[in-house]
Amino acid sequence: MNFLGKLSWDAVPLHEPIIMGTSAVVVLAIVFILGWIVIKGYLPYLWREWITSVDHKRIGVMYIVLALLMLLRGFADGIMMRSQQAVAAGGAQGYLPPEHFDQIFSAHGTIMIFFVAMPLVIGLMNFAVPLQLGVRDVAFPTLNSVSFWLTASGVLLTNISLAVGEFSKAGWVAYPPLSGLQFSPGVGVDYYLWALQISGIGTLLSGINFVTTILKMRAPGMGLMHMPVFCWTALASNLLIVAAFPVLTVTFAMLLLDRYLDFHFFTIDAGGNPMMYVNLFWVWGHPEVYILVLPAFGIYSEVSATFSGKPLFGYRSMVAATMTISILAYTVWLHHFFTMGASANINAFFGVMSMIIAVPTGVKIFNWLFTMYGGRVRFTVPVLWTIGFMVTFVLGGLTGVLLAVPPIDFQMHNSLFLVAHFHHVIIPGVVFGAFAGYHYWFPKAFGFTLDERWGRRSFWCWFIGFHLAFMPLYVVGLMGMTRRMQHYDNLDWQPWLMVAGIGAVVILAGIVCQVVQLVVSIRDREQNRDLTGDPWNGRTLEWSTASPPPAWNFAVLPYAAETDTFWNRKQRARGKRDERAQEREYDPIEMPKNSPTGFVTAFFAVVTGFALIWHIWWMAGLGAFGALVTFLVFAFRHEDEIEIPAEQIARFDRAHPVGVVI
Amino acid sequence: MTEAQYGRAPGDNSSDPVEAWEPSGLLVYTIGLLLAVLLTTTSFWVANTSLLWAPGIALGLAVLAIAQMGVHLVFFLHITTGPDNTNNVLALAFGVLIVFLVIAGSLWIMADLNEMMPPAELMDLHMQH
Repeated sequence: MNFLGKLSWDAVPLHEPIIMGTSAVVVLAIVFILGWIVIKGYLPYLWREWITSVDHKRIGVMYIVLALLMLLRGFADGIMMRSQQAVAAGGAQGYLPPEHFDQIFSAHGTIMIFFVAMPLVIGLMNFAVPLQLGVRDVAFPTLNSVSFWLTASGVLLTNISLAVGEFSKAGWVAYPPLSGLQFSPGVGVDYYLWALQISGIGTLLSGINFVTTILKMRAPGMGLMHMPVFCWTALASNLLIVAAFPVLTVTFAMLLLDRYLDFHFFTIDAGGNPMMYVNLFWVWGHPEVYILVLPAFGIYSEVSATFSGKPLFGYRSMVAATMTISILAYTVWLHHFFTMGASANINAFFGVMSMIIAVPTGVKIFNWLFTMYGGRVRFTVPVLWTIGFMVTFVLGGLTGVLLAVPPIDFQMHNSLFLVAHFHHVIIPGVVFGAFAGYHYWFPKAFGFTLDERWGRRSFWCWFIGFHLAFMPLYVVGLMGMTRRMQHYDNLDWQPWLMVAGIGAVVILAGIVCQVVQLVVSIRDREQNRDLTGDPWNGRTLEWSTASPPPAWNFAVLPYAAETDTFWNRKQRARGKRDERAQEREYDPIEMPKNSPTGFVTAFFAVVTGFALIWHIWWMAGLGAFGALVTFLVFAFRHEDEIEIPAEQIARFDRAHPVGVVI
Repeated sequence: MTEAQYGRAPGDNSSDPVEAWEPSGLLVYTIGLLLAVLLTTTSFWVANTSLLWAPGIALGLAVLAIAQMGVHLVFFLHITTGPDNTNNVLALAFGVLIVFLVIAGSLWIMADLNEMMPPAELMDLHMQH
């Protein structure tokens, strides 16, 4: 038995200039940033205030930073595919060899779903949900930190695969038999599986944490039907996480047993059935769609109500639609594999269910439209994202209803029409929503607003770039082009793919605008300070505290026995400063203590994952042992709370007066 | 008024005196343990006895198993019908519903796929190595 398992210098693809160049740049950037942090002496600050933080706001921000970094990686993969397909027609082979192209599309899908969309959504929930509920933290603050760092572990493993070994070539869904040992003997699929197992546990823990927080920890007086809609969508999304992620974990565990211990769950040879993998994958996969999109729907609801200056139209129907979707999400999964050979009855059942699930989504669209109707809409950047979403998502949803018709799906499946469809719902649905939330809550998180002008530029680049990049894919899909092609012979497709390539460049311009927006906003932060805590004339509780909020969020827990409590209080105060703020009495507050548990657990998770991928068994045992010890140390802790003295809270409140006291 | 309709919010104290009374923890766990042991021994007895009609034994075991689940839920996990237990009951119902959808759906789909599978002589997948 080799000391380092399968790992050797051959694992580093020295002969691939693109991979080596990218890896060198990434490694240099990391070394440079770490060096800068150490030399400037920021390391103790970073450790104390961020890495070991159990504050839900800090964890939320870290989730979003992680997601935005991974968006750059995932987008780089995307634009490489678009440029390859724009040139690799007829005799030309393009610049990416097939085995590299296969890794790129697998990495693109995996990263965009698990490490961009999920952390964006979970990050925004982390930041906003406890503030909207009027509470001081999530139910299990240290667990929250563990969740984040486990997600980061998955990200790290996926990115290590760039330089050490290879990534999966089996697509982001990793169907066997292709992902089985026989057809994928390398470490690529193992990177995929272990990265997603580790981050999946993090996601599951987040789900449990948020369900508990929302059901058990609302502000005094706040019944479920008084919660902001974003909290409702977060509840639905986390219920889906709790129910769906174990299915994914078990499915991947079965594939891992096939690959590591010679089991035969998904091999045809010894009586296994690869179709079972497809079935179980989509039992998780379709709810996952709603896990991502429901919180985004919540953000659109908050944004459209706030910037129209009106209560959300049809609050109850919105809640009903959200909860209906979260049940129906479990009755449609077969539409991802209509062509696998089920009989007409089954296909018809799941086709009909897929059309039915479009109905509550339609209800939501009308609610947003009626919220804006008759309102005095302020066209800020979050509103642009929201309107851009509604216009685009309705069309994307309609192509989805088309694909829900089994005979049409038989024509379209596995084509670029499908690829165009799911980008058409996920980009406007999730990414636009996350960007709207990012712009909307940024002043709450950092105390200054983001630059509107660069935000608008970014929106228009994304909006136009998106249509340029994905509408042509519908056309080539109808012309018969299948997905995941490294090279094609039909020259009729090429003009369309060139347009799509240009679209990707326009989206790149949108991303550049977002980076510039961040730089400009930080530069001009003194002009754009949010001193009131309520920059948008908001409606929900997060705007009733200072920006950025103190660690304890609310000096006195708000009493909120109605929807839009903060808005109603402002109406009753009629612009006068609430004098009660002066005579408030403060009690000391118990806050959870920072803990390195999450970071240390994640360190051992990475060690274990890496060792398992490369079959370094002693190291895997060591990593697992380390994680166990970390858990025991945490379990036997003596104190996990610190008391913040009333005087400190009073001092903060006097320094940051807010409009009305709730 | 809306409070009563949508259940209590955290922090609201119960004014209902009936809820205030709770049987002591030890008593509940003891009753639960006795019932659980009784159901377990009964199922062992059912499986081994010749006194019962043989084809009914499997059904009887299933009934005993479901009763066992009920005992665990009520006595150990404290699922009751009380108003402060709405969340737990709803969570349980949601879990049962999802598990039912996933298992029933998967069985339905996989059995159907199996039926639609061409006979082995037409399926030469084993040879395609």
